[in-house]
Amino acid sequence: MKRILLTTCAALALATAPAVAQQKTVKIGFVSTFSGPVAAIGNDMRNSFELALDHLGRKLGGLPVEVIYEDDQIKPEVGVQKVQKLIESDKVDFIVGIIWSNVLLASLKPIIDSKTFTIVTNAGASQLAGEMCSPYVFSTAWNNDQTPQAIGLYMNQKNVKTAFLIGPNYAAGKDMLEGVEATFKGKIVGRELTVWPTQLDFSAELSKARNAKPDAVFAFYPGGAGIQFITQYAQSGLKSTIPLYTAFTVDSLSLPRLKDLAVGIPGAQQWVRDLPNEANKRYVNDFRAKYKTDPSFYGSQTYDAAPLLDSVVKAVKGDLTKKDEMRRAAEKADFKSVRGNFKFGPNHIPIQNFYLQEAVKDGEEFRLKTVATIVENDQDKHWQKCKMPK
Amino acid sequence: MLYLIEQCLNGMQLGMLLFLLAAGLTLIFGIMDLVNLAHGSLYMLGAYFAATFVELTDSFLAGIGLGLGATLVAGIVLEMIAIRPLYGRDHLDHVLGTFGLLIFFNEFVRLIWGPAGLTISLPSQMLTAVQVLPGVYYPLYRLVIILTTLVVALLLYILVMRTRIGMLIRAGASNREMVGALGVNIKLLYTLVFGLGAALAGFAGMIQAPLAFVQIGMGENILILAFVVIIIGGIGSIRGAFVAAIIVGLIDTMGRVFLPDLVRHFLSYSAGSSAGPALSSMLIYTLMALVLIFRPEGLFPASSK
Repeated sequence: MKRILLTTCAALALATAPAVAQQKTVKIGFVSTFSGPVAAIGNDMRNSFELALDHLGRKLGGLPVEVIYEDDQIKPEVGVQKVQKLIESDKVDFIVGIIWSNVLLASLKPIIDSKTFTIVTNAGASQLAGEMCSPYVFSTAWNNDQTPQAIGLYMNQKNVKTAFLIGPNYAAGKDMLEGVEATFKGKIVGRELTVWPTQLDFSAELSKARNAKPDAVFAFYPGGAGIQFITQYAQSGLKSTIPLYTAFTVDSLSLPRLKDLAVGIPGAQQWVRDLPNEANKRYVNDFRAKYKTDPSFYGSQTYDAAPLLDSVVKAVKGDLTKKDEMRRAAEKADFKSVRGNFKFGPNHIPIQNFYLQEAVKDGEEFRLKTVATIVENDQDKHWQKCKMPK
Repeated sequence: MLYLIEQCLNGMQLGMLLFLLAAGLTLIFGIMDLVNLAHGSLYMLGAYFAATFVELTDSFLAGIGLGLGATLVAGIVLEMIAIRPLYGRDHLDHVLGTFGLLIFFNEFVRLIWGPAGLTISLPSQMLTAVQVLPGVYYPLYRLVIILTTLVVALLLYILVMRTRIGMLIRAGASNREMVGALGVNIKLLYTLVFGLGAALAGFAGMIQAPLAFVQIGMGENILILAFVVIIIGGIGSIRGAFVAAIIVGLIDTMGRVFLPDLVRHFLSYSAGSSAGPALSSMLIYTLMALVLIFRPEGLFPASSK
């Protein structure tokens, strides 16, 4: 009897052994910025992605996960090298991340040529939504101009008649200013682009803004530059005379440094930490428990990539060669996003709400709070330029 | 016209900041013949020290004072440990050695203060603009920077031109061996000059920090500008550094103010918007190239070497 049992066990073990050997890991190449002044953004994205993997039991579609983190040093030429390395020598199944539009634009060709399945979790270059869209590239963020378009609408609501626009001189900066211009009905009395990422003193531009005497100033300065811009805006005495409207300038990463200076400066965002849905509550609470700080929108978008990938790997039962089935599965967006409602447009850019957010003092801490919904189910305006293969 | 005055003040303010950095750099280069790429790290250290002390003492002025002392000490210790072995070697060794120090300091700061960076908050009465002329409003804090630096420049002038130490410093610049042969402790003199340069760089870092942000690598971009200043001004010349810093500050600011609009007249609006900032950031390098072609010694060469 014992013998039979043993043989059966051995036979079973033999039978299952090949299956175990076949079970591969899902390899993810994660590209973000982990060094230099904006390392805080990359760390927030990595922390959120790690938390999402924890929530999924460190598995995607039942397969164990291996993540390779690469630092693009905020340089397009470094970013494209890292992407090529991930595709060619690490042979990753997915690429996730990418903060900067110019890094994305540089990296897009190797991604598209190799048909590497990619989830962009921040960079929103309008080319990705339009002529450079690809069947295997998805975004869990937005198109660059959507957020400033929402701010433009809000400026109309606030009866702003003249505006002065300022942002950095790179792909996203130009998209942002065009975004405001697309929806803002008043007159634009000045438009400044500053050298990116080196220029951090805005004295000349702020004097120009003062001299133009606008009803409002719109600014886009992500990362540490946002702290510098807002600080100098306050120091030049402009904050009390000309209202400032922003996109991607005040976030959970800059708020603990800006403190009082950020209060009363409106911004738009597709996700705010207090959005009332279960997935978001779990994300924010667990993030605070694990990392002792609030997650930022960068993190929230990156968190979403993990359950999205989980749904994709599940749909093909772990066979990651079935790229077209994976694409169909991803297009369904069958996961619970921390921003609530979430679906993809035909160009794989989300169609989503944009909220008005403001900084408030909550006890000793400063926090971002949702004030209102500016637009519902907003779709980017480039999707018709995208010739997505059926 | 009033607008132009405001922009000139902006240019002055940038120039003053550059002067603080360039003065130390030009002294160290001119007197000790040392190319110091780690000068930007002292700028960064000054800012980190000041941010820490402002936080601890809850007073802006006390924080700046303590930060200044700490940077001075850091500069002296740095000179004794790491810079001394570099004297007498060629410039390539200086560049390699001090570039290593630059990387070391970036990682050192990351270890001590973390990657996120710090801020220095100004007293709230500084968060305002004052009327400097009828109709010209200027941020109070930037005005304070200009005036403080002018005082520092004056003190530096008196120190170098009117005191015994200054006389030794100038003598060391013209003929090091002779000064040594006359029994002057040249080692101590070098340590003092390096410490002074470090304190000036640190001071620049800490007064700029409330405008900007205290972060790793903050000194690197501005150091390049400071090198441009000492090349234009003449290496080893404090007066040259002062004039060149103001010239560079004004040109950089005026370029940012007027070039984008000018370029937009000739190109399409969007092309002008992108090309303008790029062109204006080239202006000072064009000036440096011209100075190198027509006056390779700089505008105010230090007397004789």
